[in-house]
Amino acid sequence: MNNIIQFASKLIKSLTVSDVHQFHGGVHPDEHKHESTTRPIAQLPMPETLTLPLRQHVGYIPKLKVQVGDYVLKGEMLAEAEGTVSAAIHAPTSGTITAIAEAVIPHPSGLPDMCVTLTPDGKDQWKPLTPIDWQHTAHNELIASLRTSGIVGLGGATFPTHIKLRTDGTSAVHTLIINAAECEPYITCDDMLMRERADEIVQGIAIAQHLLRATKVVIGIEDNKPAAAHAMTAASQTLTNATVTAVPTLYPSGDARRLIHLLLGVEVPHHKRATEVGIQVFNVATVLAIYRYFTFGEPSVSRIVTVTGNVAAPQNFEVLLGTPMPLLMAAAGGAKADTSHYVMGGPMMGFDLPSLDVPVTKATNCIIAASPTLFAPPPPAQPCIRCTRCADACPVNLQPQELYWFAKSDNFEKARDYNLFDCIECGCCTYVCPSNIPLVQYYRYAKSEIIALDKAQEAADLARERNDFRLARIEREKLERAQKHAERAAAAKNNLAQPESAEADKAASNPDAVAAKKAAIAAAVERAKALKQAAANSRGAEADSEQPSLAESNSAETKPDSDAQAKIDKKALIAAAMERAKAQKLAAAQAGDAPKNTENLSAKVKAEIDEIEAIRTKAQQMVKDKASDND
Amino acid sequence: MLLTSIYVMLGLAIVLGALLGIAALLFKVEGDPLVARIDAILPQTQCGQCGYPGCKPYATAIANGEADINQCPPGGDAGVHALADLLGVEYKPLNAEHGIPKPKAVAFIDEATCIGCTLCIQACPVDAILGASKHMHTIIASECTGCELCLAPCPVDCISMKPLAETPDNWKWKYPVFPIKALPANSGKASA
Repeated sequence: MNNIIQFASKLIKSLTVSDVHQFHGGVHPDEHKHESTTRPIAQLPMPETLTLPLRQHVGYIPKLKVQVGDYVLKGEMLAEAEGTVSAAIHAPTSGTITAIAEAVIPHPSGLPDMCVTLTPDGKDQWKPLTPIDWQHTAHNELIASLRTSGIVGLGGATFPTHIKLRTDGTSAVHTLIINAAECEPYITCDDMLMRERADEIVQGIAIAQHLLRATKVVIGIEDNKPAAAHAMTAASQTLTNATVTAVPTLYPSGDARRLIHLLLGVEVPHHKRATEVGIQVFNVATVLAIYRYFTFGEPSVSRIVTVTGNVAAPQNFEVLLGTPMPLLMAAAGGAKADTSHYVMGGPMMGFDLPSLDVPVTKATNCIIAASPTLFAPPPPAQPCIRCTRCADACPVNLQPQELYWFAKSDNFEKARDYNLFDCIECGCCTYVCPSNIPLVQYYRYAKSEIIALDKAQEAADLARERNDFRLARIEREKLERAQKHAERAAAAKNNLAQPESAEADKAASNPDAVAAKKAAIAAAVERAKALKQAAANSRGAEADSEQPSLAESNSAETKPDSDAQAKIDKKALIAAAMERAKAQKLAAAQAGDAPKNTENLSAKVKAEIDEIEAIRTKAQQMVKDKASDND
Repeated sequence: MLLTSIYVMLGLAIVLGALLGIAALLFKVEGDPLVARIDAILPQTQCGQCGYPGCKPYATAIANGEADINQCPPGGDAGVHALADLLGVEYKPLNAEHGIPKPKAVAFIDEATCIGCTLCIQACPVDAILGASKHMHTIIASECTGCELCLAPCPVDCISMKPLAETPDNWKWKYPVFPIKALPANSGKASA
């Protein structure tokens, strides 16, 4: 029966609404939007502390610019964007930085991360603000300026906005789509924003249109928000070539690619970005933030948050970033007694907060107090019966049942082949599954495993490259050494060869010279022997083991050119060198080997040096002890 | 007739033979592709726990049939499975003689104790240690494979292995598990 009604309504819609292009699948859960739209957007009292996680956006962590104890004014930059995909973080109010430490952040992991804690002074005093004349400023300057604004996509994806507006002057973007669909149940922050501040949003749209050089603007609003659509239609009269289009209320029409399909009938290829087909999508709250930044110079320091669900008075609030969530709950009349947990984001795509004691971030569009009556715990999962209802509901045209098998059996390569990474985790498949299988959980598991495996593979490739390079370097150094030795040997040979040949000539003519030479060699051998003996004696006990060989060398003096003799000669030379080194060391120690540049040291530095010296002597003592232990 | 067919076959044989010969020269494969494919599966820790001085020598030994596929603890069970799949041999559990798999860790130098002897630098298979003689050394954490080869040569034992902590960056969604709850006594009876 239900199916027939759904089919009929789809048929009627497809006949009546001719300017939207229906996407495949989708679901229509209970909207629960009216609860929080009865009251206007309210301001919160100033919290006692604000906790600002550095991780509030997609991309690299920004670089801290403040220290504990610094006094900052409202809007002053606390951390600047580092790397391409990154966004700055600003002080939401004036006050003192009281801590920079790890704290639990609103993240599904529930793990702590680096946060800046700001204690407001209550004055809420802005830093000197400099509005930007966007109509008469170069495009690249505007983008560079936007990079310091901290503005990210406020629909929940938190992708840095300045990157989406980069066009290099020759933009291929022809259509700007303003995403006001807000398809998730319960969330109404964009709805209320459009009702109350449509004029400001429209001015933001004008700026975005100017930056992108887009010729056409389409504002897509789900048809369950007639008041917002009306306000936007009235306000958008000032825009050139802009239309407000109502799209049917069908989750997930607020997904960027689904909305593009709905409004333009264009399906963005799965391996391409929307900009590659000339379309860019912005959320309404994001364009409002752009407007406030360019017109007043205000960076991103607050956002609208829907507080709804199991609370006494569901409402939207304009909240400073970093505001603790318990304060928000209290402002909405407090959570009712049977509240079991809290969800950040919507019921379809949001995640359970590890605890309510986390701050509001740029991604916090909605907080829902959940209770067993509002969100009944899912019945136990049954085996998949291959009904493919999930495939019918999938708005991305994937095969969720296949992905489920692959993810469940850790068959990650297969899952990737079936385009797991095109899954937007909208939860439609889980919603329709008659066996209550938490399909999206399996996809998230598989995705994060694949990402981890890819990272490990990257690390392995780097290690292989570095190891290959090291082996090549060792080989090259060996060759170079061998070559150097060969060259030196050749040079020595040449030097020797010439005088020798001359002497040989002389020797042939003069037998006396031969006898003299023989005598000289004998004298040299004697000298070497004496030296050896001295060296051996000086080595003392250590040389005991070598005594026999020395005695042998004495007995073998008749054949000084033998191999054994050569070896012993070498040993003696090494011993002599060691003696010399020892003597040098001793002399250095006696002279006091104080390092240079130590004349004008402060007491603190000296103390540090002493401490390090103490550690070093201790370490050396340890080594000696160890060596003696080994002996 | 008979001759014609013989000539045709002969001609074909000569032409095809020449083509094959040219192809063999043109598309000659340098090195052993099997070694490269085995090496691609190995985790490149270069730890030598397998008994070979690195991943490539181990890969060569496997390709030559000199080593077994279950001697690489850092590769873990998944690595053995992948090798078994590639080589078409039976899977066997990791050989405990070569060590057991450990969670990924990176080396850490206690810089106050380091005497700057450069012994660890010489031992590092991936040049992930930075330093010079009589100067403090430090580990480039992003390039450390956790092979532990620097631990043994250190004369002052100032290097320790630190397991990688879980952060929101490397956190992974867990495999869905369903806690088994005991039903209230009466509902149990009802279903029975």
